[in-house]
Amino acid sequence: MLRYLIKKLYIYILTFFFAVTIDWLIPRFMPGDPILVLVSRFSGLPESAKVMYGYLIKAFGLDLPLWKQYLNFWIALFKGDLGISIYMYPKPVLDVIAQAIPYTLVVLLPSILLSWIVGNYIGAVAARHRSLDSSMLPIFYILTSIPYMWLGILLAWALGVVLGIFPIAGAYSFSMRPNWSWEFITDFLRHWILPFLSLFIVQIGGWAIGMRNLIIYELEANYSRYLEALGASEGLIRRYAFKNAILPQITGLALQLGTIVAGSIATEVVFSYPGVGYLLLQGILNQDYFLVQGTFLFIIIGVLVANFVVDILYMVFDPRIRLSLGGESV
Amino acid sequence: MTNLIQIERLRIYYKTLHGDAKALDDVTFTINDKEILGIAGESGCGKSTLGNSLILLKPPMKYVSGEVKINGEKLPIDNNTEMRRYRYKKISLIPQYAMDALNPTRKIGGIIRDLVGQHKIKYEEIEKRLHERLNMVKLSKDVLNMYPFELSGGMKQRLVLVISTLLNPDLLIADEVTSALDVSSQKAVSLMFKEFRDREIVNSIIFITHDIAVLYQIADRIVIMYAGKVAEIGPTEEIIANPLHPYTKALIKSLPNAGIRHTKEKLEGIPGHPPNLINPPAGCRFRDRCPFADENCLEEPPLKEINKGRLVACWKVKDL
Amino acid sequence: MKEFVHFALKNTKFKIGLVILLFFIILAIIGPYISHYKDPLEYVSMSNLPPSRENWLGTTTFGQDVFTQFVYGLRSTFFIGLFGGGLATIIGLLIGFIAGYKGGLLDDLLMMLTNILIVIPTLALLIIIAAYLPYRGIGIQSVIIGLTAWPWTARAVRAQTLSLRSREFVNLAKITALRPLKIVLEEIAPNMMSYVVMVFILQFAGAILAAVGLDFIGLGPTRGISLGLMMQYSVLWNAIQLGMWWWFVPPGLAITMIVSSLYFLNIGLDEIFNPRLREE
Repeated sequence: MLRYLIKKLYIYILTFFFAVTIDWLIPRFMPGDPILVLVSRFSGLPESAKVMYGYLIKAFGLDLPLWKQYLNFWIALFKGDLGISIYMYPKPVLDVIAQAIPYTLVVLLPSILLSWIVGNYIGAVAARHRSLDSSMLPIFYILTSIPYMWLGILLAWALGVVLGIFPIAGAYSFSMRPNWSWEFITDFLRHWILPFLSLFIVQIGGWAIGMRNLIIYELEANYSRYLEALGASEGLIRRYAFKNAILPQITGLALQLGTIVAGSIATEVVFSYPGVGYLLLQGILNQDYFLVQGTFLFIIIGVLVANFVVDILYMVFDPRIRLSLGGESV
Repeated sequence: MTNLIQIERLRIYYKTLHGDAKALDDVTFTINDKEILGIAGESGCGKSTLGNSLILLKPPMKYVSGEVKINGEKLPIDNNTEMRRYRYKKISLIPQYAMDALNPTRKIGGIIRDLVGQHKIKYEEIEKRLHERLNMVKLSKDVLNMYPFELSGGMKQRLVLVISTLLNPDLLIADEVTSALDVSSQKAVSLMFKEFRDREIVNSIIFITHDIAVLYQIADRIVIMYAGKVAEIGPTEEIIANPLHPYTKALIKSLPNAGIRHTKEKLEGIPGHPPNLINPPAGCRFRDRCPFADENCLEEPPLKEINKGRLVACWKVKDL
Repeated sequence: MKEFVHFALKNTKFKIGLVILLFFIILAIIGPYISHYKDPLEYVSMSNLPPSRENWLGTTTFGQDVFTQFVYGLRSTFFIGLFGGGLATIIGLLIGFIAGYKGGLLDDLLMMLTNILIVIPTLALLIIIAAYLPYRGIGIQSVIIGLTAWPWTARAVRAQTLSLRSREFVNLAKITALRPLKIVLEEIAPNMMSYVVMVFILQFAGAILAAVGLDFIGLGPTRGISLGLMMQYSVLWNAIQLGMWWWFVPPGLAITMIVSSLYFLNIGLDEIFNPRLREE
């Protein structure tokens, strides 16, 4: 058990190193000068621009040798300093991201968990009834083929514009300020539902397909046959199959967090939802390298932490891991 | 001897992409009370199909015709739901895949509890008996608290024996239980089966194997099968000492005997291979490989009782 | 081969997938020729027009013909699928195969690399790379997608290789002292052929979706047109609010149908190659 955790931790730490290095490395080897961009925002005399440029280069430590910059980057990271955002100057990147995180989580987490529950359930149903299966399986595949942003666009158009039921931009109405009043909460939910649905509907397809395949595999396994030969009811066999099939789906949750980042970003862009993905987009459009770097880092950390949590959960549920037999195939 | 099971003209076919394979084609014999009946033959002769059809008839197997009676009443082998009444309590199975037969993520005690619960028996009622049986096969009570993957292959085999016979079934079907074992384990395992029968834990046993040497140790009677049909039936001693059907003769001849030097007698295999079961040839199915075949053999020989308890399906065997 | 064709023709999923895919491929090939207009980015008519005889899929906010954009976009989509997916497949095959066949330290190192890349969200990695590229074309896009999409393939190929490596016929070949390359080409490769085809199909689909994602958030090609760019522009220029469905529905619909057809093709092929799965 401990061996399993240590092995996983080891990979995550290595990954973290790798990701941070890439994050630090790439901007410095690409053409383009962020300081120039920053300076250009402060229109003034060319003389003062030069001074400002020199000052900012020093301030951002870009005059130091590369290895020192790399080291400083790590030190700053551990101090929680992700730099100053250019787009939102002079707000620290950390603050900008911290403000956006709740909005991402509130759409992302429910969509992942609910689609997992519903998708697995529907997949299990399809696995049990072959007749339902032949009509439902193609639908699952089509669902999982839909690009996230397209579904978002369609929902925005159909339910937001044509039917006018839901708003299609922002997390709450312009006129409001975040608070705990009932008014705000309903307004917030109305803005929340379409982004949530865009992510929820597409993910169902993937889970359903996976669960369906896993359950069929379990139902055809030798232990299921043995139970049936000894007179067990369909119900007991299905219960065993389900419990065994759900295990890889738990691992799937960890992997899903990585892939859903793409969907989250796309959806936030469609609905101008002020989450981390939207921030990333703004950073790119405004060439705010520090914001882009910081956001990337945050996404990586989030994914790694979530992966680790899921790995622990999996260990709790699969006795083969707990008793440290090399059963895990992930 | 009373009949426990009567099998009459049973036909079970396998659905395949190229047509129906006639795995069991008009098979008739009986299984007596308190007997260990060996069913022997090479791979594909239908013995496993036979064993499985008596307890779990699932696609791609399909029931075509024939009847099976247990204690005089009809056994509904083609009706999956009705068979549940018989499974485990009256008829039980030790499968070929015994190593793999248990849910890997559930403790063994839990599996047994669930299984007997399906037959409306409380675990507590059966617990004492379970402990006794485990003791019989030399397994510790501790296994009940372990997971299947924690046991070795041999332990799992003995465990499955205990589980399958826990409710004292009338008929136990043992499907190739010694095939994967070395010779000394084979002896130990087969003797265990004999003990279970002698102690009246199970009534009768169908012992399916391709290894006649094992049957010599424990079987009372032997049924020899070939290409979906019965070739010969008889008491073990007689079959081994005096085989009548040409196929049986060749089988016995191909067995090495301990203590015999083979400079004098060559060990012979049987040339050729079994016929295609999707389109079997007309007449006797052993015709192509039989050294005694002639034109009469183009017509299928019936299974004739030529002596008390001795049946052969061959034109060449005259009444004794 | 004959057996393959026989079962392929019988398999519904394969047929449906193939037909839909071929439809779009043909559309991508002949579309630009049958379209009234030659340049997808040129102003050709009044803006914001719904579909009509002159503009089969209407016009954009800039008076561009949507149908022309659509068929050129299809071309770019297939290009990326082919090259991005192809590159990812090749890299995945090489790494997975070498790791599985050679084993040992090489295997450990390659798998460490693979495991690291699997955890990192692909789009995030793509964003970091694409954001700093001075120029983006579909060629570069294919390359960066190919370089980031291979890990799952490597892992799967390695597992396949490990299982094949220990199979009897390979040991037999080794005993008869065949040279390693010969073993690879004659014994192992044919058994993996079908697997490789299926992997490629999935990479093809994945590359298409990755490209659409990149294009949509503004990291697409700096020139030219693609289905993802169409959707980006339409959203940027309020097509949703203006109800210009002809601008944003076709691109996404095409992607959905192409990717679905690829998945159907894949399950169909799986059933054809694995007799166990075939339904009668």
